[in-house]
Amino acid sequence: MTGAGWQLQALFVALAIYAGAALAAVFLPRHRLGFVYAASAAAASLAIAADISAFFNEVVLKEQLPVGLPGVGLHIRLDGLSAFFGFIVNVGVLMASIYGAGIKRADLSKRIEPLYPAFCAAMNAVLLADDAFGFLFFWELMSLSSWALVVSRHDDPDNRKAGYVYLLMAAGGTMALLFAFGGLAGASGGYAFDTMRASHLTPLVSALVLGAALFGAGSKAGIMPLHAWLPLAHPAAPSHVSALMSGVMTKVAIYALIRVVFDLLGDPQWWWSLPFILLGAGSAVGALLYAVQDQDLKRLLAYSTIENVGIIFAGVGLAIAFKSSNIPPAAGIALAAALIHALNHSWFKSLLFLGAGAVLHSTGTKQLDRLGGLIHRMPKTSAFWLIGALAISALPPLNGFVSEWLLFQAVLTGPVFPEPILRFLSPVLGAMLALAAGLAAACFVRAYGTVFLGRPRSPEAANAHEAPFAQTLAIGLLAVLCILGGLFGGLTAFALNPLLVEYAGAAAAINTQTGPTPFSLIAFDQGRAIYDAPTIAFFVAVSAFATMAAIHLFASKKTRRSPAWDCGFPDPSPATQYTASSYSQPLRRVYGGVVYSSTETVDMPPPGSLREGHFHIRFSDYIWRFLYVMPANALWSLSERFDLIHYLTIRRYLVLMFSTLIVLLVITATFM
Amino acid sequence: MTNAYDVAHFLAGMMLVCSFTLLYQDRILAVLNTFAVQAIMLSLAVAWQGYVRNAPDLFITAAMAFGLKGIIIPVALNRMVEKLGIKRDVDQVVNVGVAMFLGLGLTSLALLLVLKVTPGAASFTREGLALALAIILLGLLQMILRRNAVTQIVGFMSIENGLILAATGARGMPLVVEVSVAFSVLIALFVFAVFLFRIRERFDSVDVESLDKVRAARAHR
Amino acid sequence: MPATLQSFVAQGAQMFFVLAIAPAVTGITRKVKARLMRRRGPSIFQPYRDLLKLVRKESVLAPNATWFFRSAPYMIFAFTWVAAALVPTLASGLMFNWAADVVALVALIGAARALLALAAMDAGTAFGGIGSSREMMIASLAEPASLLVALTIAFAAGTTRLPEVAQFLITQPLEIRVSFALAFVALVIVAMAENARIPVDNPATHLELTMVHEAMVLEYSGRHLAMIEAAGHLKLTLYISLIICLFLPFGMAPFDGSADAWAIGIGSYLAKLVLAAVALGVWEVSIAKMRVFRVSEFLGGAFTFAFLAILLEFLSREVQR
Repeated sequence: MTGAGWQLQALFVALAIYAGAALAAVFLPRHRLGFVYAASAAAASLAIAADISAFFNEVVLKEQLPVGLPGVGLHIRLDGLSAFFGFIVNVGVLMASIYGAGIKRADLSKRIEPLYPAFCAAMNAVLLADDAFGFLFFWELMSLSSWALVVSRHDDPDNRKAGYVYLLMAAGGTMALLFAFGGLAGASGGYAFDTMRASHLTPLVSALVLGAALFGAGSKAGIMPLHAWLPLAHPAAPSHVSALMSGVMTKVAIYALIRVVFDLLGDPQWWWSLPFILLGAGSAVGALLYAVQDQDLKRLLAYSTIENVGIIFAGVGLAIAFKSSNIPPAAGIALAAALIHALNHSWFKSLLFLGAGAVLHSTGTKQLDRLGGLIHRMPKTSAFWLIGALAISALPPLNGFVSEWLLFQAVLTGPVFPEPILRFLSPVLGAMLALAAGLAAACFVRAYGTVFLGRPRSPEAANAHEAPFAQTLAIGLLAVLCILGGLFGGLTAFALNPLLVEYAGAAAAINTQTGPTPFSLIAFDQGRAIYDAPTIAFFVAVSAFATMAAIHLFASKKTRRSPAWDCGFPDPSPATQYTASSYSQPLRRVYGGVVYSSTETVDMPPPGSLREGHFHIRFSDYIWRFLYVMPANALWSLSERFDLIHYLTIRRYLVLMFSTLIVLLVITATFM
Repeated sequence: MTNAYDVAHFLAGMMLVCSFTLLYQDRILAVLNTFAVQAIMLSLAVAWQGYVRNAPDLFITAAMAFGLKGIIIPVALNRMVEKLGIKRDVDQVVNVGVAMFLGLGLTSLALLLVLKVTPGAASFTREGLALALAIILLGLLQMILRRNAVTQIVGFMSIENGLILAATGARGMPLVVEVSVAFSVLIALFVFAVFLFRIRERFDSVDVESLDKVRAARAHR
Repeated sequence: MPATLQSFVAQGAQMFFVLAIAPAVTGITRKVKARLMRRRGPSIFQPYRDLLKLVRKESVLAPNATWFFRSAPYMIFAFTWVAAALVPTLASGLMFNWAADVVALVALIGAARALLALAAMDAGTAFGGIGSSREMMIASLAEPASLLVALTIAFAAGTTRLPEVAQFLITQPLEIRVSFALAFVALVIVAMAENARIPVDNPATHLELTMVHEAMVLEYSGRHLAMIEAAGHLKLTLYISLIICLFLPFGMAPFDGSADAWAIGIGSYLAKLVLAAVALGVWEVSIAKMRVFRVSEFLGGAFTFAFLAILLEFLSREVQR
């Protein structure tokens, strides 16, 4: 290992720890398996240190290992982009591992521990691979280990279905990526990324590569309409694995796209941005319309992941558009928005999934309408989840808003596009993103309000208890990250500058040093747009506390408890509260009829009858029906028809072969 | 020159807004009033063009648009509605949100299309053509989405408004064509009126779906 | 006096000025409504007396109410106040104006709203949920519309910072812009929805099934209610100031202007504010409240207008390019 800096060696050590933990976990008895999380946390910490150092020293480390294909070996490369995404992955792993240490062993299947570090190692390795073989190998390892984690509780038929759909989509995705790399390698067949960077592709081939990469990585990221597996698979896994899949694995897919589009594929064409922008905006709004209706806490979070991936896609698309139009500063801002949103989403989504895991662990249910009032019995988890919910709703001064703000600034630069379609699409994108922001707030107010606020709707919720220390610690650390990321978003953006210069060609698009305070986030220049989170937060905090203090000092601080007013008709039964389904009714009325043709039927007993009344809501998932079920059925019937071929007589088989021969001869005769 | 453009842009833009209002509004009398406003905007736009380009024949067009479509047709339709007793009717086929969404999509399409095919033309022409195409498409959309015969007629008339706007924006139609179009619109109104009262007599409603039922019954026979 | 201190004082003065006049704006609107209904109506200073009374009273909490319920009013008030401080009112270029642009302003209002909608769910009653869910439905439509308005203005002015926008509009020669007219209408509709005014919501009713905002604050009392009421007054003034700043900034003093300029700035701002409050009162008595599910169509109209504004702005740029 000559020539490698310590960062790469440290990452190799981390990978070795992951692999060793995975191997050891296979052979150890169940009660000793807790060490896997300690080992993973240690490996993740080491990797975080290496990634941070590599990122800030702007190192590019290369290595060729004598494993893998004979004669080719395995190319390894650690650069700024890998290090940035490595940081995302390993912070997620660290938090999930701390959380995992708090899980009671009896609650988990024994299959999880060997697979968990393998999954972590695979995600790290994908980021380091510098040739197509290595990339695809680790990608597949990542897919398979996460699949195995999804089906770890295979006694539940829902999980089996989730696993089946996931396996199909993952296989298709890897196949598409294989095609993408095949196209990139071209006729020369150079599978190392360096060769691909150097080669020039015809426009047609690059378009095909882009399409294949979009399918392959997009399906893993969960972009609509390739998302069908995600809301099934992510919630099916144990919560700390869900957090990794949603918070981290989708980012690895984003990494793959950025690597292919910005690094390997050469100079972008303007129209490459269209699928990103359209799919991104569509996913952002579409997924939330599902999330806002969902009854299952973890599935709701999975849908929200699709939304956030949509936002990242929109950022990437804008970056491509600006880069191809030769407007580097705006390209830099759009790319910064995408990267920072990837970082932010990995934090708050991990937080929310781990918190949902704590709720599930404590109450045994993740159905919103069976929860409620957990703020009384799980005060810490509730407080941290609140921060995550506000952050994911893109509310200042938390971190979600930083990336949202940057993205809006990029959208606002839309009028300078030379291409009329892009000029026109930017306000559309702006409207869709604003709609998504509004819906996200509605979705998470609903989720938080029904799960943590109000009164318990079931005995399980009434008897909940606070999560173990390790779990609240992990959730709390993530909450702290969300706050810090929000306050010092300007610094994060500034730190990204080397990446922006390299991939968007933008020299110092994000400039924090010229602002009124060192923490102001400035897009373009100071007169154009500015957001200073610490100042805002400081003023909000000061005015809130000062007002409270003034009122308590000079007016009144007396408080009395008394039954709720509720317009004069307080009802002791918690069943009179608004439920999650009633909460989403106005939104369903507004959007539902069109988007998922929801129909409500009310069956009221006639006056005097003592029969129960019934209320049914029916949904129809158009994407699932038209893009998944119908092709699957078509394929099924086609294969049934071809099945007949198995039962022919020998004479007929001979006819088949003979006619094939004749056709081939004719083709040869005509075209050769 | 910018000022001249601004006023033209304002008037044509207001016509487009009226088109959207026609699409949004589901009360019949309000639809008629909006239509009258659109026609008045049209006559102002045409007159403005006449003033700017020093083309007196456009004033005649403007006067015709004002008299015929700003006053006579709305008043006639108003009386018809009164007679038919459908003053308080509410009429909408799909929900307003979808209608607005389709309308915005069609407008965007019209703008992009016209801007793409007329790169060299004068700004008045491009502007007029783009907005006129949008108004025509919105009129068609209104005719598709409405069920009530009166609001369908209004949709048809607003298409005609769009056509005149387009013609003014380009070079202006010859006056003969202009006059004959105006009269054909008037005749169309009479035909519609007679037709309406006939439907009404027959089916006790001006919901054109009742016609479909008759046709279906015939087809089965 | 050194420049920073001067700007600090000016900023602080502006913040307290807005806070001080906000209840009067509500008071004027109520007075106008009452007069038009041939009642005498309370004095325009009644909102101040209400606030004082509420602050002095003890606060009654539902048995289930938590720390979140108790701290939310202060947070809501603080978010709204800071958002109000971001809008240039008397003069542009105040010290605080640099801290955030209009995108952040919309988000700050959104934060206050989300906290209120959450607090409404805390007591665990039916009405809190009704108000909260309707409010979020309305917000999900109003927020895109308001951001589209911001986009239109930013397209025209090339910046999202409010003082810059106001400056741009003041220096621009007066021209007829249909896109601004549409954006204006859209923002007015959004303002009515956000401030729970007729026809979206009725600020004067406690009729169960029509409430939105009032249903959310039903469980609040005493000082907590006072904070929410004060935030409501501030929000109304904020929106009126925003509309003034975006569409009618004429007369606004530059920050380093002379005493005369400041006098004109204060005078014209107050005049516009009073005018808007009177107009709101007249509007509210002349129109009926909508059914809750018509509101989505009304706000959809605002969204359409805002989008049309952008399309027309786009068109006029395109043809004049």
